Amino acid sequence: MKWDSLRLYWRYVEISFRSQMQYRLSFAFHAFGHFLVTGSEFLGFVAIFQRFGQINGWTLPQMGLFYGIVSIAFAIAEAVPRGFDIFPRLIRSGDFDRVLLRPRSAAFQVLGQEFQLMRVGRFTQGVIVLIWASQRLGIDWTASTVALLLFAIVGGICLFSGLFVLQATMCFWTTESLEIVNCTTYGGVEAAQFPLSIYRPWFRTVFTFIIPLATINYFPAHAILNITDPLGSTRIIQWLSPIGGILFLWASLQFWHFGVKHYTSTGS
Amino acid sequence: MSQIVVEDVTKIFRVASRQPGLWGSIKGLVRRDWREVRALNKVSFSIGRGELVGYIGPNGAGKSTTVKILSGILVPDAGQVSVLGYVPWKQRIDYVRKIGVVFGQRTQLWWDLPVMESFDLLRDIYAIPQTRYRESRDQLIDLLDLSGLLDITVRQLSLGQRMRCDLAAALLHEPELLFLDEPTIGLDAISKLAVREFIGRLNKERGVTVILTTHDMDDIEALCRRVLVIGDGRILSDGTLAHLRASVTRERWLTVDLMEDAPVTVVSDSAAQLIRQEGRRFCLAFDPLQVSAAELIARVARTYPVHDLFVENPPIEAIIARIYGRERQLKS
Amino acid sequence: MKPYIAILSSRFRTLLQYRAAAIAGVGTQLFFGLVRMMIFDAFYRSTTADQPLSHSETVTYIWLGQAFILLTLFGVDTDVALMIRNGNVAYEMTRPVDLYKMWFARALSGRAAPMSMRVVPILVVAGIFFGLTPPASFTAAALFHVSIVGGLLLGASMVTILTISMLWTISGEGISRLAPALVFIFSGIAVPLPFFPDWLQPLIAVLPFRGLMDTPFRVYLGHLAGTDALLAIAHQVLWLLALCMSGKWMLSIGIRRLVVQGG
Repeated sequence: MKWDSLRLYWRYVEISFRSQMQYRLSFAFHAFGHFLVTGSEFLGFVAIFQRFGQINGWTLPQMGLFYGIVSIAFAIAEAVPRGFDIFPRLIRSGDFDRVLLRPRSAAFQVLGQEFQLMRVGRFTQGVIVLIWASQRLGIDWTASTVALLLFAIVGGICLFSGLFVLQATMCFWTTESLEIVNCTTYGGVEAAQFPLSIYRPWFRTVFTFIIPLATINYFPAHAILNITDPLGSTRIIQWLSPIGGILFLWASLQFWHFGVKHYTSTGS
Repeated sequence: MSQIVVEDVTKIFRVASRQPGLWGSIKGLVRRDWREVRALNKVSFSIGRGELVGYIGPNGAGKSTTVKILSGILVPDAGQVSVLGYVPWKQRIDYVRKIGVVFGQRTQLWWDLPVMESFDLLRDIYAIPQTRYRESRDQLIDLLDLSGLLDITVRQLSLGQRMRCDLAAALLHEPELLFLDEPTIGLDAISKLAVREFIGRLNKERGVTVILTTHDMDDIEALCRRVLVIGDGRILSDGTLAHLRASVTRERWLTVDLMEDAPVTVVSDSAAQLIRQEGRRFCLAFDPLQVSAAELIARVARTYPVHDLFVENPPIEAIIARIYGRERQLKS
Repeated sequence: MKPYIAILSSRFRTLLQYRAAAIAGVGTQLFFGLVRMMIFDAFYRSTTADQPLSHSETVTYIWLGQAFILLTLFGVDTDVALMIRNGNVAYEMTRPVDLYKMWFARALSGRAAPMSMRVVPILVVAGIFFGLTPPASFTAAALFHVSIVGGLLLGASMVTILTISMLWTISGEGISRLAPALVFIFSGIAVPLPFFPDWLQPLIAVLPFRGLMDTPFRVYLGHLAGTDALLAIAHQVLWLLALCMSGKWMLSIGIRRLVVQGG
């Protein structure tokens, strides 16, 4: 059963791929525009760092490490579970009923709806910043630090995907107020680009324990940079923390199931 | 043996009401009013294997609510439902594997893909073994005459072509039970006939149980031996078409066409009621127990310059309207 | 004028329906503002060097940015884009309305209506809790209002050009993907414009994008006062006229092209 789900998912991706590549020029514009917008965001930070020099003791290259991890993870989260991001469309058109009429999990079908290739723009930009930061910081990449980096990125992908799932789940109650979740996705990305220690205590608590952004880049980065955390986390926490993102995704999916139940009892 | 058993099913919806105008919208920012709509009220019926049942009623009567509950995507507030041995909404994934659903106004095919690719994707979604898929698919392509459409994008198909493809798509996995929601809506006459013929054959030759929701009475008359009428959330009638007519009225209609060159006088008779007049055509309703058809014809032919006439049953729409009107009266 | 006012009014009504969206929008902007504010708080704590804007000026700039964020809204009018793609735009051309004015009215109401519901709550909250300062003077406040209207109209003219560019499918797509990047950088929403390096300032001054946000905000702060303020507003107006005229010209060419091609 599992294999055949994977094969089905692959078919979904193929279809997305083909339909987006049909308009090659349009895709190129999309991807490049995305690259420009996200890139200009980092250039904006460069400009500010030139004026201020550092932020709470953190330098621009260090910030680049945080930024890079978040960008890469978020880019993938924008590309893969894109179906959840466009979920309001499905509900509004009434086509979610058709999803329920098929012998597959609803979440799986929504996931397969679209794989948005153009997010490669942010992905590329994130990789560039990460490589630049890594060089400036002179990071010594060992097998374990690379593994931690990947773990952090995976945790980030899960976390942001979880946020998209949450946002989509809200559609079962209203198709309108979804902007508020942008606080957590886009707002969270912005916040996580900077080291968490610069924020006020209540903010740090929310983004460590409720929406665990800190677990996917702040804590792991300390282990990678081999420095002490001003907030006091230990090495063990830093190596294991990305699991927070994975747990968050699991919790979001539980909420999704609850949402589907609500939908089937109140109709559309 | 009943394949579908519905017992005392009730479904209530809460609908938000909004006030009109700009001020109403601003008020709506602060407070919302809700009202309850009883979409289904203790609905009960059962359907046996291989039946072809028509399910009709005015808009808002509860037809689509019933279909949604039967297909497992809506949970009722009260009552029991058993279809193919499943409780539809409780075992959704296993259950929907065995049914097919076609919505007349919405396609299940992928808009930007050629028809064949939609079929292939459905094969993967339903996990149909390759050989069975090929057999089933080729048979359907043949029966519905789809061979010329397979590599056309769904977006470019005409309504009639799309409906035929949707029918095939719903049957690729060989379901035992098929729900059709307004399958002939918006179709041209030829496509309607093709669709009707296909449904009839499917039911007769393969024994697929079919539940047909429609506003088109010709569909009903052509295909359904049994008709369920729903109005205001309740079953108003359950039986054959003849039973339906008889339960409402014995009335029959006599339509008279006067001769071209004759002066236009209103055709009337003491035992009949004029219900419609169009130019030289007059339609009279009469009770066969009060005056036989033969007698009435003789009287009219004697009195008026008749060119042609015929006797028929009131059209089914009139019957339905009357049932519904009667229900409304009983309520008030 | 009446049909365009009718369009504005009905769009307003439609957008008001979505009360949850309005509340959510306010919440989102408050959050973003808070994050940005905290980031700049940390920056200012980290240095004693002089900056182009003082700490409290930066805070005010940021909150004004969140309150008026829809000035930088740069989505193409999706309804019109759809109409163009499936050819229905031809029907629009048969109606006795000036297409440019109609699309402009749509663009204007598309930003003005949702914005009107968010500005006051955000300003109030930011003023009470987050250090938003009042305008530098009464003249500043008055000119600020003028300049904001200028920014609104300017933004609408830009979006209208984007919409018109959709008549050329390929280039239209291109422009509509790349324009938001330019707006993002050069309007001041990402980084307050005074912070950009000195060598970039001349370019920033010439481009129209600062008229969307930066100009009104600097007037508010008193950074642009007296003749400077009037010059900046004139800059907005000049660009507005230029973009409107270019837009109308583009539209006439685009329509001719469509008609010739049998659109």
